[in-house]
Amino acid sequence: MLLGPALLVSAALFTIGVAGVLLRRNAIVLFMCIELMLNAVNLTFVALSQVLGLTGQVIVFFVMTVAAAEAAVGLAIILAIFRHTRSVDLKNITLLKG
Amino acid sequence: MSAETVFYLLAGAALVSALLCIGQRNPVASALWLVSTMFALAAIYVLLNAQFIAAIQVLVYAGAVMVLFLFVIMLLHVGREATDIRGPGWRIAAVVIGVLLLGELYLLSRVTPGGLAVLSGSAGAAGSPLEAFPAGRAGQLAPAAEGVVGAIARPLFQTYLVPFEITSILLLAAAVGAVVLAKRKL
Repeated sequence: MLLGPALLVSAALFTIGVAGVLLRRNAIVLFMCIELMLNAVNLTFVALSQVLGLTGQVIVFFVMTVAAAEAAVGLAIILAIFRHTRSVDLKNITLLKG
Repeated sequence: MSAETVFYLLAGAALVSALLCIGQRNPVASALWLVSTMFALAAIYVLLNAQFIAAIQVLVYAGAVMVLFLFVIMLLHVGREATDIRGPGWRIAAVVIGVLLLGELYLLSRVTPGGLAVLSGSAGAAGSPLEAFPAGRAGQLAPAAEGVVGAIARPLFQTYLVPFEITSILLLAAAVGAVVLAKRKL
């Protein structure tokens, strides 16, 4: 029963993902950090599904589907932005800045 | 090797790969380290008795999603310019926020599983989480009775049938949306 250690690993992975979002300016790497955070949450669901029943694993299934949809649409948006600004660096994407 | 040793090796691999993923300047290297993290996580899922989730983690995440990422990185040919890692102010902010978040999550993880049992008022005298949570015991018995996939398929196609069907609409919308967004002219 590796529940406690698995929750700690999940917390550390989520924190690394948050730190990545704060540290990087490349929009694609930002998306990868978001995937890292989603994976950390999936690990929490799987770890707790040992104790609380198999519903957690079903929810992991849904999270993966939503993550795949999010990656497809997000990367298409990045592609469109790249066509507009010739860059995926967030410092060049300031359309909403007053 | 005991299961604990294997778990800690895999957890170390996942954390080191994740750190390298956010530290690499080259987006392709970042993506490959993320694939490594996902493989380590898939192995951890096997240790946690979630073999089906481990399989779709490799197929969907490491297979489909990361190939999509690598495809876009190589299509856009990014990573040739200067570093995209933010300056010292942002680094300090990231460390402070990271430490605070890790502390909070650590405290939260201390609440489970014995704490959960106490909170729900069902802590057994033995203190074993599985005695306090009948659903967990059922979840461990179901794979032996109807197979690893069958144990997940039953709740997925009975209790969660409507969300499952809505998911297919979501995927269709995402596929159409991605084509519309990425196309130059319709």
